[in-house]
Amino acid sequence: MGTEHILGLATGTIFGFLLQKGRVLRFDKQVGALLLKDMTIFKFMLSAIMVGMVGVYALQAMGAISLSHKAANLGGLLLGGALFGAGWAIMGFCPGTSLGAIGEGRWHAVFALLGMLVGAAIFAELFPLMKSTVLAWKDFGKVSLPDVLGISPWAVIAAFWIVSIGMLAWFEKKGL
Amino acid sequence: MRLVTSDGGWNPYLGGALVGLLAIASAYATTKWLGKTAYLGASTTFVRAAGLAEKTIAAERVSANEYFTKEKVRVDWQFMLVIGIFLGALASSLLDRSFKLEAVPPLWEQYFGPSIAKRAVAAFLGGAVAMIGARLADGCTSGNGLSGLMQLSLSGFVALAMFFGVGVATAKLVYRRAE
Repeated sequence: MGTEHILGLATGTIFGFLLQKGRVLRFDKQVGALLLKDMTIFKFMLSAIMVGMVGVYALQAMGAISLSHKAANLGGLLLGGALFGAGWAIMGFCPGTSLGAIGEGRWHAVFALLGMLVGAAIFAELFPLMKSTVLAWKDFGKVSLPDVLGISPWAVIAAFWIVSIGMLAWFEKKGL
Repeated sequence: MRLVTSDGGWNPYLGGALVGLLAIASAYATTKWLGKTAYLGASTTFVRAAGLAEKTIAAERVSANEYFTKEKVRVDWQFMLVIGIFLGALASSLLDRSFKLEAVPPLWEQYFGPSIAKRAVAAFLGGAVAMIGARLADGCTSGNGLSGLMQLSLSGFVALAMFFGVGVATAKLVYRRAE
């Protein structure tokens, strides 16, 4: 194992530990959120994003890290996003959390894991077709929301914090 | 607000904030030691794992495949990260005794009964569809959701809106209580 592998394993182990402590790995929590009955995973994700965006943009401003946007490919995001959403609701796990769920003994997540491996192999076969159709439709490139809006990233971060805090306060008030 | 939830877990705001700090530290560490900033993600690893598995039965098919070639079938930083998620969850659940062997999720059982076969088929098909979607969107809830939004990527906002929008609609259709 080289540095790359040790670093990945260490980071992943802490990530898995925190996901398990937050109790967000479970089928019941994931589907509970999609049924809008238990907002634990929203609270967890939003908190991670709110903290993360401040650090990421601060470090980027200091030149310590670089951003790595994914391409805003409209066809891929709309169709792929829809397929992911539908599959997620039925499977009850995301790719990363399925491994964590198996770790905490929920071994039925193995079936989800196998399905995802087969899905990945199917996609590899479909890729040439997708590239010339869905993915060829409209690509806005590797851009950020502040780039598109022409404003400072810190304005977007401030707005994100305000909206998120409002939403989280509402969840708490409703006891979700 | 309580620091420990009724099921013995940590407050989700605390756990989430710590994941945010981990993502920042990880971006810094990968830049410093690997020379390239890496963000948390998971779904590309499934392509690499599928490629590694397929290689054992049809090596030529894998090496001739454009997508496997593009994503490079190898055990990389993210591959180890995904293995780490398993180990971290195992350690955490053993330490606080929340580890539990479970054949069918309790919520699933409420709607569809205790059949393992039924759950297995649904999870397998749902998993296949979700992964095809994640690869089309170039990322899952981690890569597009967490990491994309942290970087304020346009793709992250669109992807997460689709994930949750369609996820909520599908859940509403699928999980109906038997009359």
